[in-house]
Amino acid sequence: MTDASNTRHIPDRLQSNAARILKSWEVLLLGVAILIFVANSFASPYFLNAWNLSDATFNFTEKAMIAFAMALLIISGEIDLSVAAIIALASTAMGAAAQVGAGTFELVLIGLVTGLTAGAFNGVLVTLMGLPSIVVTIGTMSLFRGISYIILGDGAYRGYPADFAFFGQGYVWWVLSFEFVLFAVLAVIYYVVLHRTNFGRTVYTIGNNATAASFSGIRVARVKFILFLLTGLMAGVAAICLTSRLGSTRPSIAFGWELEVVTMVVLGGVSILGGSGSIPGVVIAAFVMGLVTFGLGLLNVPGIVMSIFIGLMLIGVIALPRLWAKWRA
Amino acid sequence: MQMSIETQTREASPVSTDPVLTLDGITKTFPGVKALDQVSLELYPGQVTALVGENGAGKSTIVKTLTGIYQPDEGTIRVAGEDVQFTTAQDASAAGITAIHQETVLFDELTVAENIFIGHAPKGRFGMIDWAEMRRRAREILDRIDADLDPDMPLRDLGIASKHLVAIARALSVDARVVIMDEPTAALSHKEIEELYELVERLKAEGRAILFISHKFDEIFRIADRFTVFRDGKHVGAGLISEISEADLVRLMVGRDVDQIFPDREHTPSDEVLQVVGYSHPTEFDSIGFTLRKGEILGFYGLVGAGRSEVMQSLFGITKPSKGVVKIDGDIKVIRSPADAVDNGIVYVPEDRGKQGAVIGLPIFQNITLPSLSQTSRAGFLRMSEEFALAREYTERLDLRAASLDQDVGNLSGGNQQKVVIAKWLATKPKVIILDEPTKGIDIGSKAAVHAFMAELAAQGLAVIMVSSEIPEVMGMSDRVIVMREGLIAAELEGDNLTPETLVRHAAGIGEGDQ
Repeated sequence: MTDASNTRHIPDRLQSNAARILKSWEVLLLGVAILIFVANSFASPYFLNAWNLSDATFNFTEKAMIAFAMALLIISGEIDLSVAAIIALASTAMGAAAQVGAGTFELVLIGLVTGLTAGAFNGVLVTLMGLPSIVVTIGTMSLFRGISYIILGDGAYRGYPADFAFFGQGYVWWVLSFEFVLFAVLAVIYYVVLHRTNFGRTVYTIGNNATAASFSGIRVARVKFILFLLTGLMAGVAAICLTSRLGSTRPSIAFGWELEVVTMVVLGGVSILGGSGSIPGVVIAAFVMGLVTFGLGLLNVPGIVMSIFIGLMLIGVIALPRLWAKWRA
Repeated sequence: MQMSIETQTREASPVSTDPVLTLDGITKTFPGVKALDQVSLELYPGQVTALVGENGAGKSTIVKTLTGIYQPDEGTIRVAGEDVQFTTAQDASAAGITAIHQETVLFDELTVAENIFIGHAPKGRFGMIDWAEMRRRAREILDRIDADLDPDMPLRDLGIASKHLVAIARALSVDARVVIMDEPTAALSHKEIEELYELVERLKAEGRAILFISHKFDEIFRIADRFTVFRDGKHVGAGLISEISEADLVRLMVGRDVDQIFPDREHTPSDEVLQVVGYSHPTEFDSIGFTLRKGEILGFYGLVGAGRSEVMQSLFGITKPSKGVVKIDGDIKVIRSPADAVDNGIVYVPEDRGKQGAVIGLPIFQNITLPSLSQTSRAGFLRMSEEFALAREYTERLDLRAASLDQDVGNLSGGNQQKVVIAKWLATKPKVIILDEPTKGIDIGSKAAVHAFMAELAAQGLAVIMVSSEIPEVMGMSDRVIVMREGLIAAELEGDNLTPETLVRHAAGIGEGDQ
């Protein structure tokens, strides 16, 4: 074995990166996105308009912000179904603060801290107590939103400061909304974190085999806790944007969003079993979902039908990657 | 129907010389390994035949062949003189062969009665299960073996000994002619073992043939009538227990042709690197103490369940010890997690490669750089070229066979997966490397490579702990051997004291009277 002539050379890669990308789920999804875009532009004369398209991005930007963190969480083998309830809780906290005269800076701070606290609560239950995240977050989903209902009942908070409206209604330049720019910046940050850092690598490792990861010296619980914190934080960010956009808080705010966020993540090619997936996939999936709901909206399809559509899409995208993997193999 | 067969089997008196089950010329090959090579085995009604052999001798393979899980490549199986072929577990069961495993394969969520009659529950009208009849018959069988168990009790509420009773009741419910007991006493207490012996006597009296697999010589000599010895997949001897001595049986079991060549090593250990004092765990091990020097290979030998892996996993920070001190280079270290262990230069290559060693789903190079990411990255950002360079360095040193470094480690053979796990740890430049059954289940070629590499590591001054149940490996590789039995250190062997016989004696507790 020390004989150099006997040592075989093993190449780094057999397949070039370009070939790998061309055969990926993300490219297929991009094709779907383009098809939907073209179909929409034929279906409605109002579709191909810069301002309409800009409006369409609001269908997915807030959800996508959560989806980035959720992607990491699902890749690591966990899930957080309480994200929409965290939005309700954070929005209620901000609304309550606004009633007693909190300024925009304080409101943002309250939104973020509420999100982080809720994420930490989930994280402690899962990582310290070893409870399954799906059960924990179904529980906190009821808990967080329940708190909102207790505080608000049938009522609503209004009267947010005028400059607070910027986060959900402001434009950075021409048709580029603040939300869309934030979505783009977060996409880049999450791309770097997941695909270019040691932390991202440990996320994949834990998702593939948490036991072996721990046997390799990775602090599995710590990484998972950070991911729950991040997901809570992103729900807080989404709560700020959504509250600002709506200008009011009701306890039913963002109701059912957790399903759309998970659908977005899974549609983006993240394995629901953990271990694989990418941020570019989630970005494209966000556009696909945004385009579909916007297209259906332009065609006056009612909301109930749309939720049926989202449900079908969730089932479809869990089945499709398997068929895709079989076809590739 | 049950009664009629029972009377039938009773007719075969214990002195009958016709075997109820005969295996002849059975050969079974797995990729790279001949697990069974022309072996034969005969089981007689009303008699206990002990199957003796080291780990890897082919005992479990023969059990799996007998129970229809494996199909032999060659050879014949005869039950009561008739040639049979077991293509499924049901076939074997129908022929009256049943196995009670070391870890019982029962269903925790079902009741005692359901477990006894699973697969052959008494049916009533419309093909529905006749629950009353099932309970009644379960009660009847449990009474027969003096088992004070409620048929309606869920199995999960029972201890291991009671579960064995259920497994035995199950064997009786199918009216098995042949009962295989695979290390049935491994997890039992002294009292429970006595009860099991009584049961074996009862099964004998009912005319059933029993194949008894055990590493414990005291129990073999206590309850077996006959013995059969396997070594390296070959049949090396059989006969009556009354006509052989313990010493001869041990010799038959371990004596071997020199068919494995181990690397020549100079034993020149220098400074002490690891010192373990009074290391204890509430249930798994107690008062473990040893030292390890640079350049030394310390073997840990013992039977399955002796607590060797538990000690190692505790040293690696997986399980918490209740007391004890670990010193590295003379300094006391507290190791609370594998991350702590790695930071202190202790690394562990686990026995369960697929679950604990390799991260299947990740490419080879990412498996290797996992604990070394701080070394290959800059400010937390990955540098792929550095990763490939590190992975290349260590895979070449270990002579890894793979298509590319970004291949999924799950597509490699067991031997090459093991090389990846070893490479992963060497890249961290450890002081102490613990290898738990490093060559278990890997092909001969990779085995030799792993052995040669261990020798090379020791020569470079690394301290190596090797947990192994293979006597040739322990003999061929270790400078010194610690034998563990029931969570305690039974002996420390070195030089002339280190022989296959002494290893087996101390591991099994022969001739010490404290069993």
